[in-house]
Amino acid sequence: MRTKLSTVAAAGAAALLLASCGSGEGGEDTSASGGLTGEGSGESCTIEGEVPIGAVLSLTGAAASYGESQQRGLELAAAELAENDGVTYDLTIEDDQTDPRQAITLFDEFVNDGASLIIGPTLSNAAIQADPIAQDAGVPVLGISNTAAGVTEIGDYIFRDSLTEQAVIPQTIAAATEQFGLEDVVVMYSNDDAFTESGYEAFSAALEEEGVEVSETITFSKSDTDFRALLTQAQESDPDAIVVSALIEAAVPLVTQARELGIDVPIIGGNGFNNPRLMADAGEAAEGVVVGAAWNSSSDNPENQAFLEAYEAEYDAAPDQFAAQAYTGLKLVDQAVRANCSAERDSIQQALGEIEDVPTVLGEFSIDENRDAEHPAVVQVVENGSFAVLE
Amino acid sequence: MQQLLNGIFIGSIYALFAIGFTLVFGILDRLNLAHPAVFAASAFVGIELVERGGLSLWAALPIVFVFGAVLGLAIERLAFRPLKGRADAHFAGLISSIALAGMFIALLQWRYGPDTRRFPTGSFPDTRFEIAGAQVTLVQVVILAVSLALMVGLTYMVTRTRLGRGMRAVAENPTAARVLGVNVDRVTAITFAISSALGAVAGVLFAINVNTAQLGMGAAIELKGLAVIIVGGMGSLPGALIGGLLLGLAEVFAVQYIGSSWIDVIAFGLLFVILLLRPQGLLGARKVREV
Repeated sequence: MRTKLSTVAAAGAAALLLASCGSGEGGEDTSASGGLTGEGSGESCTIEGEVPIGAVLSLTGAAASYGESQQRGLELAAAELAENDGVTYDLTIEDDQTDPRQAITLFDEFVNDGASLIIGPTLSNAAIQADPIAQDAGVPVLGISNTAAGVTEIGDYIFRDSLTEQAVIPQTIAAATEQFGLEDVVVMYSNDDAFTESGYEAFSAALEEEGVEVSETITFSKSDTDFRALLTQAQESDPDAIVVSALIEAAVPLVTQARELGIDVPIIGGNGFNNPRLMADAGEAAEGVVVGAAWNSSSDNPENQAFLEAYEAEYDAAPDQFAAQAYTGLKLVDQAVRANCSAERDSIQQALGEIEDVPTVLGEFSIDENRDAEHPAVVQVVENGSFAVLE
Repeated sequence: MQQLLNGIFIGSIYALFAIGFTLVFGILDRLNLAHPAVFAASAFVGIELVERGGLSLWAALPIVFVFGAVLGLAIERLAFRPLKGRADAHFAGLISSIALAGMFIALLQWRYGPDTRRFPTGSFPDTRFEIAGAQVTLVQVVILAVSLALMVGLTYMVTRTRLGRGMRAVAENPTAARVLGVNVDRVTAITFAISSALGAVAGVLFAINVNTAQLGMGAAIELKGLAVIIVGGMGSLPGALIGGLLLGLAEVFAVQYIGSSWIDVIAFGLLFVILLLRPQGLLGARKVREV
């Protein structure tokens, strides 16, 4: 058995060697790990081999619209990085079909193919199942959209540049309380979904922190579409605002029906509301909805302005938060690789953990001691059909 | 007052859905579980007609009605007719209609993708009225009016017209009906067509009312539709209307007086109580079969 295995391994190695010779026709030596450590540091860092980066995105299935934005963000960042001297990246993007099992398979492949780092996966539930594979193999992972609790707790190789709802919501409530002078509110959330429920808990804690009274808490199912009875009930306690933790599917009819019933107080939403479809589908009813977000699309920091311009030129469309976070993700990876001038897995892991106050599209960016993102959130309000900063 | 109206409007949608359902279930004694798929499909097709075809909603509704009728004919032809000779035709038809529903939904997903879709904003006048301090939209009034009109029209058709007599004859005894010169296949097909056409209209109106069309929208209302026709009395069209309104009101008042987490417990619990007191349903007649 032992001999048989080693023969297989040898054959595999030979095949790999052949393959790498085939693809390396450009002339550079891409074999083995030796080529992943270079000389110099920062901008002068030069690494001989191509740095293999894997990305697992949901390009088809339910989360396809997010995955598509992320792919665009990553490809834009990759194209820009290719213009810099010294380090070249070999970015491979694979589709997990919005299926955690497929994400696991792809993580396995990237781990075995020697990826220096894996970006993704798109959805938190896929991350929770697939990330342990990379953790066990010692491959760093950078989540670019996972916001659920517990993702980075999987281990010390798991990072994310996406601000969690738990980080955004307190800032949202604080800003809204100051702006509207909230005293009592009604809270509504779908209690059969883990994400909206954790959003609700964050809202509750934040409201208590700000001293805002919750006069009523109303629950619904994530598949509900008729909220009139619930909203009428909410209306009766005459709240200063309605706080809602729901996915976009429920958010649109909820907002529409609230305005139909003549509820014109601000509606404060969780992460699910942070979606341009809110304005596209709810139309005028969306006016006055307050949402916290990780990325301020109208921020005038130079990184953001450059990103907006480049994205617009490349895709003839405005980027969303998913594209911005994906773009930032690859730029942070570059930062980490150049910091030690090495694309070895452990080196990237160590450098990612030390990222601090880096100017990015998302603002001044740091990775905190829990390997989560740390940067200012933005509180937005819908005005004239688009998100504007609440101030 | 607002809650009362909320209950009536949501109930009238349940009723509209259930009327189509009960026509086949109550009269032909066949449970057509592809009905919810027709409900969803017609909403998506309606949206496409308005969005791409640029039709007004009023023009789209009759087209959707016809689309639903065609689907109904297809369901009868594919899922029910080939199996009608079998001893277990009721169950076989039930299963094959589930299969057909799965195919319809898969086709919808292929054509439209998994995302929630909506009518373009402003495709329906968002006129609002105020009745005794309660807000009512025009579309809600239309839904209520359409449900009532269909209920009256169908009751008339089933009890007074030749076609209706044919339906009832087929329901009682297909063989005897054939002997008496009723074209059984034709009557059955027409019943399915009308039933699905009603489901189709209900789907479009529902999608406008809640500003949402999802692939699962039929499945979400399916159980409620079944509950309504059983509580209302099998095959009783006015029973379906009353059952629908009752379920809608029960849900709304559960929210008002008990709590939003208890909607299903209260609403369905109430239905159980009704069935315990009147096993044949509110307006159902006990079927007496003499040997």
